[in-house]
Amino acid sequence: MAYPDQIWIQAASFVGAAFSVGFGAIGAALGEGYAAGNASEAMGRNPEKSGDILKNMLIGQAVAESAGIFALVISMLLIFFEGHGEPLVTAFAFMGAGLAMGLSAIGSGMGGGFPAAEACQGIATNPETQGMLTTNMLIGSAVCQTPAIFGMVVAFMLMFMNFENLPFSPGWAALLGAGLSVGLGAIGSGVGSGIPAGSATRGMARQPAAATTVRTNMLIGSAVSQTPAIFGMVIAFLLVFIDWTGKPASPYWAMLLGAGLSTGLSAIGPGIGNGVTAGEAAEGIARVPEASGPITTTMLIGQTVAQSTVIYGFLVSLILLFIDREASTTMVAWAIPLSAGICMGFGGIGPGIGEGITAAYTVRRIARNQDLNVLLTRVMLVGQAVSESTGIYSLIVSLLLLFVV
Amino acid sequence: MAAEISGADLVKAAALMGAGIAMGLGAIGPGVGEGFAAGKACEAIGRNPGEAGLLTRTMLVGQAVSESTGIYSLVVALLLIFVV
Repeated sequence: MAYPDQIWIQAASFVGAAFSVGFGAIGAALGEGYAAGNASEAMGRNPEKSGDILKNMLIGQAVAESAGIFALVISMLLIFFEGHGEPLVTAFAFMGAGLAMGLSAIGSGMGGGFPAAEACQGIATNPETQGMLTTNMLIGSAVCQTPAIFGMVVAFMLMFMNFENLPFSPGWAALLGAGLSVGLGAIGSGVGSGIPAGSATRGMARQPAAATTVRTNMLIGSAVSQTPAIFGMVIAFLLVFIDWTGKPASPYWAMLLGAGLSTGLSAIGPGIGNGVTAGEAAEGIARVPEASGPITTTMLIGQTVAQSTVIYGFLVSLILLFIDREASTTMVAWAIPLSAGICMGFGGIGPGIGEGITAAYTVRRIARNQDLNVLLTRVMLVGQAVSESTGIYSLIVSLLLLFVV
Repeated sequence: MAAEISGADLVKAAALMGAGIAMGLGAIGPGVGEGFAAGKACEAIGRNPGEAGLLTRTMLVGQAVSESTGIYSLVVALLLIFVV
C-alpha cells in the first residue's frame, strides 16, 4: 500500500485502456465481418457489380468501425493522461471510463454491420437501387452509433470531471457503477438499432417504391430501441452527479454498484427485443406498404411491453440510489443491495428478448393479413404477459431483498 | 473489518447473494422461450385464424411448462431468503 499516488492512477489507466479497446474491438469486428461475408456472397451472385459492392462494403464497414475508433481514442487518452484529484478515486474513474466506452462499443459495432451487409446484397439483387441503399445504410448505421456515443460521453465525464471532494468509498462504486450502467445498457440498443436498419435496406432493394414509408418505420423502430441505452445513461449521470459525501462506505458501495448493474444488465434484453420487432415491421412494410398503419401500431405496442423489464431495472436502480441505509460493516448489509441489483439486472434480459420475438412474429403475420390485426395483437399481449412473469419474479425477489429481509 | 465477519453473517450473506443470482439468471431462459412460443402461436393463428382458441390454449400450456424452471428459481430464491 505504500506506493506513491501516481502509481495507482497509472496502473488503473492501463487497465481501463485495456477494457476500452478490448471490449470495443468485439462489436466492430463482428459487424464488419458479417458485412464482408455478405458482400462476398453478393459478388458471387452478381459478379458484374463487384466494384460497386466492394465500394459499398468499405463505406459501410467504415461507419461500423467508428465505435471501435472511439474505443481506441479513449484507450490512447487513458494511457497518456495523467489525471488529477485524489489518486484512488481517479484510479476507479479511469477503470469506469474504460468499461463505459468498451462495453458500449460492442452493440454499435455489431449493429452497424447489418445495414452494410444488406446494402451489399441489395446491390447485387437490384443494382438500380444502389444510391438509395447506400444512403439508407449510412442513416441506419449512423443511428446505431448513438449508444457508443453515450458511452463516450460518460467516459469523458469520468476522465475529466473533478472528483476531488468525492470520498474514496462509496465513491469508487459510483464511478465503476456509472461505467457499467451506460456500457452494458448500450449493448442491446446498438444491436437493436442495427436489425431494423438491415431489414429496411433489404426491403428497399426488393420494393424501391416503398422506400419512404420503410425508412420512416425504420427510424421510429430504431429510436424506440435506443430507449434502454438512455435509461443506462440516466443512471450513470445520477451516479456521477449525486454527492456521496457523508454516506457510510458500507453498505453504500454495494447499493451504487447494484444500481449500475440493475439498469445496465436489464437494458440488454429490451434493446435486442425491440430491434427484432422493428426489423420484422420494416420488412413487412416493404412487402405491403398499405399495411404500414396497423404494422407500426402493433410494433409500438409490442415494443412498449418488451420495454417493461428495463423499466423494472430502472426502478430498482432508483430505489438503490435514493433509499437511506444505516452504516453497517456486516456482509449481509452489502450482500442485500448487490444481490437485488444483480437479480433484477439478469432477470430483465430474457423477457425483453422473448417479448420482442413474440411481437416480431405478430407483426410479420399482420403484414400478410391486415384484417387479423386485432386478434393477433390480443394474442400477442397474452403471450407477452406470460413471458413477462419471470421478469416480475425477479422484481419481486429484488424488492423482498430490499424491503423485507 | 475482517474480525467483525462471523460465520453466521457469512452464511446469511451468501444465501442472499445466491437468491439474487438464482432468480436473475433463472429468469433468462423462460423469458426468451415463452416469448418464442407466443410468437410462433401468433404466426400459426395468422395462418389459420379459425383455430385461434385451440392455438391460444396450446400456447398457454406450452408456456406454463416453459415457465417451470423460472418457478424453480423463484422457489430456490425464496428458500434462500426466508428459510435457510
